[in-house]
Amino acid sequence: MSSLSNRKRRAFLLGLAKTACGVSLTALGISLYTRQAKSMPALAIRPPGALPEDEFLSRCVRCGLCVQDCPYDILSLAELGTDVPVGTPYYTARTGPCEMCDDIPCVPACPTGALDHSLTKINQARMGLAVLVDQEECIAFQGLRCEVCFNVCPVQEKAITLEYRHNERSGKHALLIPIVHSEHCTGCGLCEEACVMEEATIKVLPMHLAKGELGKHYRLGWDQKEKAGKSLVKPDGKRAFNLPEGVSYDYENSELTTPASSAPPVNKALETLKRGIKEAK
Amino acid sequence: MSNSISPLMLKRNIITILRTNKWLLLRRFSQFSILGLYLLGSSLGGFWIIKGNLSSSLLLETIPLTEPLLLLQMFAAGITSPLSTTLIGAAIVGGFYLLVGGRVFCSWVCPVNVVTDVANWLRNRLRIKPNSQINRNTRYWLLAMTLVISFSTGLLAYEFINPVSIIHRSLIFGVGFASLMILSIFLFDLLIATRGWCSHLCPMGAFYGLLGKFSPLRVRAEQREQCQKGCNDCFQVCPEPQVITPALRGADKGNNPTILSGNCTNCGRCIDVCPENVFQFGLRSSTKTPIIPIEIRRKNS
Amino acid sequence: MKLSRRAFIKSQAVVAAAATAGVTLPLTQLVSAKEEDDDEEIRWDKIPCRFCGTGCSVLAGTRKGRIVATQGDPDAPVNKGLNCIKGYFLSKIMYGEDRVQQPLLRMKDGEYDKKGEFTPVSWDKAFDVMADKWKTALKTKGPTAVGIFGSGQWTIWEGYAASKFIKAGMRSNNLDPNARHCMASAVGGFMRAFGIDEPMGCYDDFELGEVFVLWGSNMAEMHPILWSRLADTRLTKKGSEVHVLSTYKHRSFELADNGIIFEPQTDLIIANYIANYIVQNGAYNKDFIKNHTNFKRTPVDIGYGLRPEHPLEKKKKGKGGKLSPMTFEEYAKEISKYTLEYAAEKTKVPAAQLVRLAKVFADPNKKVMSLWTMGVNQHTRGVWMNGLIYNIHLLMGKISEPGNSPFSLTGQPSACGTAREVGTFSHRLPADMMVKNPKHRKLAEKIWKLPEGTINPKPGFHAVLMQRMMKDRVMNCYWQQCNNNMQAGPNINDEMLPAWRDPANFITVSDPYPTVSAVEADLILPTAMWAEKEGGFGNAERRTQFWRQQVDAPGMSKSDLWQVMEFSKRFTVEEAWGKEHAAKMPEYAGKTLYEVLFENGAVNQFDYKAGDIQDSDDNTYKNQESEEAGFYVQKGLFEEYRRFQQEGHKGHEQAPFDEYHKVRGMRWPVVDGKETLWRFREGYDPHVKYYKPDAKKGEVYFYGQKDGRANIIFAPYEAPPEIPSKEYPMWLCTGRVLEHWHSGTMTQRVPELHRAVPEALVYMNPNDAREQGLQNGSKVKVVSPRGEIITRINLRGRNKTPRGLIFIPWFDASRLVNKLMLDTTDPLSKETDYKKCPVKIIKI
Repeated sequence: MSSLSNRKRRAFLLGLAKTACGVSLTALGISLYTRQAKSMPALAIRPPGALPEDEFLSRCVRCGLCVQDCPYDILSLAELGTDVPVGTPYYTARTGPCEMCDDIPCVPACPTGALDHSLTKINQARMGLAVLVDQEECIAFQGLRCEVCFNVCPVQEKAITLEYRHNERSGKHALLIPIVHSEHCTGCGLCEEACVMEEATIKVLPMHLAKGELGKHYRLGWDQKEKAGKSLVKPDGKRAFNLPEGVSYDYENSELTTPASSAPPVNKALETLKRGIKEAK
Repeated sequence: MSNSISPLMLKRNIITILRTNKWLLLRRFSQFSILGLYLLGSSLGGFWIIKGNLSSSLLLETIPLTEPLLLLQMFAAGITSPLSTTLIGAAIVGGFYLLVGGRVFCSWVCPVNVVTDVANWLRNRLRIKPNSQINRNTRYWLLAMTLVISFSTGLLAYEFINPVSIIHRSLIFGVGFASLMILSIFLFDLLIATRGWCSHLCPMGAFYGLLGKFSPLRVRAEQREQCQKGCNDCFQVCPEPQVITPALRGADKGNNPTILSGNCTNCGRCIDVCPENVFQFGLRSSTKTPIIPIEIRRKNS
Repeated sequence: MKLSRRAFIKSQAVVAAAATAGVTLPLTQLVSAKEEDDDEEIRWDKIPCRFCGTGCSVLAGTRKGRIVATQGDPDAPVNKGLNCIKGYFLSKIMYGEDRVQQPLLRMKDGEYDKKGEFTPVSWDKAFDVMADKWKTALKTKGPTAVGIFGSGQWTIWEGYAASKFIKAGMRSNNLDPNARHCMASAVGGFMRAFGIDEPMGCYDDFELGEVFVLWGSNMAEMHPILWSRLADTRLTKKGSEVHVLSTYKHRSFELADNGIIFEPQTDLIIANYIANYIVQNGAYNKDFIKNHTNFKRTPVDIGYGLRPEHPLEKKKKGKGGKLSPMTFEEYAKEISKYTLEYAAEKTKVPAAQLVRLAKVFADPNKKVMSLWTMGVNQHTRGVWMNGLIYNIHLLMGKISEPGNSPFSLTGQPSACGTAREVGTFSHRLPADMMVKNPKHRKLAEKIWKLPEGTINPKPGFHAVLMQRMMKDRVMNCYWQQCNNNMQAGPNINDEMLPAWRDPANFITVSDPYPTVSAVEADLILPTAMWAEKEGGFGNAERRTQFWRQQVDAPGMSKSDLWQVMEFSKRFTVEEAWGKEHAAKMPEYAGKTLYEVLFENGAVNQFDYKAGDIQDSDDNTYKNQESEEAGFYVQKGLFEEYRRFQQEGHKGHEQAPFDEYHKVRGMRWPVVDGKETLWRFREGYDPHVKYYKPDAKKGEVYFYGQKDGRANIIFAPYEAPPEIPSKEYPMWLCTGRVLEHWHSGTMTQRVPELHRAVPEALVYMNPNDAREQGLQNGSKVKVVSPRGEIITRINLRGRNKTPRGLIFIPWFDASRLVNKLMLDTTDPLSKETDYKKCPVKIIKI
């Protein structure tokens, strides 16, 4: 009898061990797989209000309610076999960017808060960041009048602005250079979709790929001054200079004025700009 | 053509088939119509009857539904403050299955059940014998695992591979490679293990089994004294045959005729196939009142 | 119920597609040449861009009979190798999949039927049916029953041939270009002030000027390369500033030092206020006024160019534009009403901004370049407004010298070169001559070798009048070439559409693509475009640029020039002129119009055989028309046309034909091989000495006028015909976008441009939108008494409108926004006002 029960017990224990091993291995396998699978490809973008990726994946139950509530049908749930974690919502800017609905219907649709319900103003969404990834190919940098990205930008004149620069090559045609500002860019991807180049030269990238970071040990002086609304250290008083008679010296703008000159008032900013560009040549 | 007799025979045959497959047909109807409602989308004048998928849905554009196991995984993953919609949704779904039997999900809702049922039917038809013995308790281990890996990864990790949710989602949002997943479950059940997925491995089934442990709605071997021992039709069709024995054969031990195991899926297939009408749906506490009066059943037959 | 916005877009796209799919088109798949990286095999040749009036030059790269690439021409003075985004895609415009490649006639049971389906036919069949209709119309109603509506996108010789065909061949003057919708007011302004058309300055003024005033032009989008030139000066020149006037904020405000948003129509007040400021402050150039100007007044309360039975027309008291003299003092008194207070109140522009603008004009040391296009021209008082700008420049003498330049920008690539210089208007003959003028007619008849009295002395129907006349069945045959009037024209629901679909009328549309117009026509003729023919364009700075035929046109497509010449073979002089008139020239008896007009010893004077046309690298080029005719058609036409410049009023001379193929354009007048940069100033313009032999160096002489004096013409503010009301509370302004050309026929077929701007949106003020419960992307109906369109709201886009005004671009074939516009025109120029029309917006 005892041998039978022993055998039974052994079989039971063996079975248990087997199951435990199998399950542990499965667990290990899944855990490792998720480590790999949770990394989003750079061109897949989460809907507006998506929590940081790890947190997002701990909340998103992959129900697709956001997808079904998107009035522009731009969202997809990742299918098996794609690089995006299976079943999670994303869009691809080049083929279907976020149209930035004022009422952001996808966000309240989320039953678990993986899309943060506190996002109520679409301009505050940060789905990614548009980056002019290839300034060599972008025809605006060559002086062609494109500006399609600027023209379609829904946070216009804020997220993308145009910087007018002198064109040294032609000598007489300004360059209209698109500049993205992370402070305002929502990462909707309308610019990437509209980019007329064969391969888009402006692309929406995930924030962590798109943004650099200033060393914590350094501050930009003028930035700090502007934020504080005054100089952090009391500015100097009036200065005096040794000058020939009649000549005045403008310290701020490094300008000498002789009484004979009756030149019309000068737009200093433009002068500086012009000079700066020439030096850089 | 002289077809004065055959239509009548045909009609009779149909009635017989309908009668002996009543619960099966109702179940299939339920499974497909639920899927159908999801697929209906907003085609009813822009109104959604149900949207989302089994992981989480919105019913009639107001009632949130969330799979409770996902909520548990979310807790395990470290979400301490889920949204109220998540909680309410999980409570509604949990409460429902608590009442009607947890594994009602498996047999009346889950689309994978159709796949594994077909696999099993074919397996019997083709008399495929080889069967790897998997312990039915493995599913509880796997259930525990889903929570452990959620905890360890901080993600809803099981959702990366959960075939049930992947398949249901893919049916609504586009099949793609998920068809391979359907195929592999089918082949697994067909060739490797009898009822391998649903009755041995699926952690969702395990969860719903535990949830349904105390549900009032039950199959009862009401007329167990009528049972012709050795017929075994009910055991043949039951996905969880071990649950039948205590109720059907337990009269001697003074067992309640109610099938008490949470693993009974309330599929009703045993009711369909029993030539002696031993089984019927009923409530756990009652000993006498079947939900569907036996007289009516008789009248029908 | 929730609307799927994307579904809405999709459905609109389907509508658009269906609109064009109404035509069963024989789509021969164009060979999609595989782009190889081998640039070796590519032949490069110069060709001007075929979009706006800037006149950028590109190099077209041809390989195996297909344009496979283009590049901005780095040696072109206008653009130095640059292009805008339309120019960047030039190589793709000819290769849309739905090119019409066969004549398509509406037929039923093998015969022409107005209600029939479009059916492919041969050119012979097409012209047989068409000629039959034209002959019937001529016979029953006379020459005014037929007409051609052409284009500032025609090549020079296409315009010239069409003009000759209609004016000499048909003895009708029913020829008008779409420049009527575009530059007619500018022409009126020039002719009234200077007696001769087109700007005195040139693009070099962009570098030489200091202050730029945009009077009604969104140059940043509409003349992109010129804008970058202006911008470069603004960036690099001390004291340079930019003033922008508009009824809404557009992209040109990016650079505006003084961005002025005024109430629609009150630009008349602003211009008069500035003149008043100059006079009140004694800043005007007394010598210049005394020696070079006359003061004139123009009749007022002259109506709005509507049908005569329209109540607004019945109310008017004045008529026409006959000028009468006035003194400076009288002029000063008239403008004294336009005080700063009055102007600020009426225009709703802050007084400081008005003063700042007035000051740059009044400062004798500031060089000012004024620029304008449709904001000033598409105006019920467009000719007046053009004149008011000249008044300011003339008062200050800021004209005809480097950097001081009132510069009317043209919209189309050859609005100047073809529509204006060739004189394809219903009242004009080549080289600024008029059909009303017996001397001009006589000269034309001499050059064209016609019997006396061939040319009809009565001006023909202008663009808008043609539609009315067809609706009234006065005119029955209409041939539209090189434009898309059904999309461009105003109020089509009441006028053009019923006119075209009236069984009494026969409508022919020549186009490379199945446009909105083509769909409503009876006969569609497949047309060679741009590089598929030899051409010449004249840009806004009087620069004439030629190109050679680079590739063959697909299928049976033929150029407008070939079509006109071929069609002329269908008429004998007797059929066209009537027996009586034909008898005046017995040597023409029995001859066809082709023989009389094109084989007249002048047009056919240059023999042609294949291989004759070569570039400096000995590449040879085809020339479809010449090959078929046996003579160098383009050269013959151009040389005959040049006789008008030489034998008419001096001042329009162009160089001989062959010269233009050698250079990247020359600015006329070209005398002794030298081009002219600034006109009317001795030293710069050889004609000053010709007309005033004792002219001193630097002296100005406006030789377009008999006394050499330009006219300063007083014109008051007058209200627009319709103003917003309770029912229609919003102003609607229509216009263009950078990415699309006009009706989008070409640019909408470039996938990248279509993707960049797929549909026309309503640009609206966010506060107005909020009041109506609209958000960005909301679907709305825009309604005027004449029709409605459905589109979406854009609150974030490039155009920012003030409250009470919306802007909608008109490139979108599925949203014909111009149909909402009243067909009101400037009574002088007959140009429609597309910039202001009351509408309402309904949320749907």
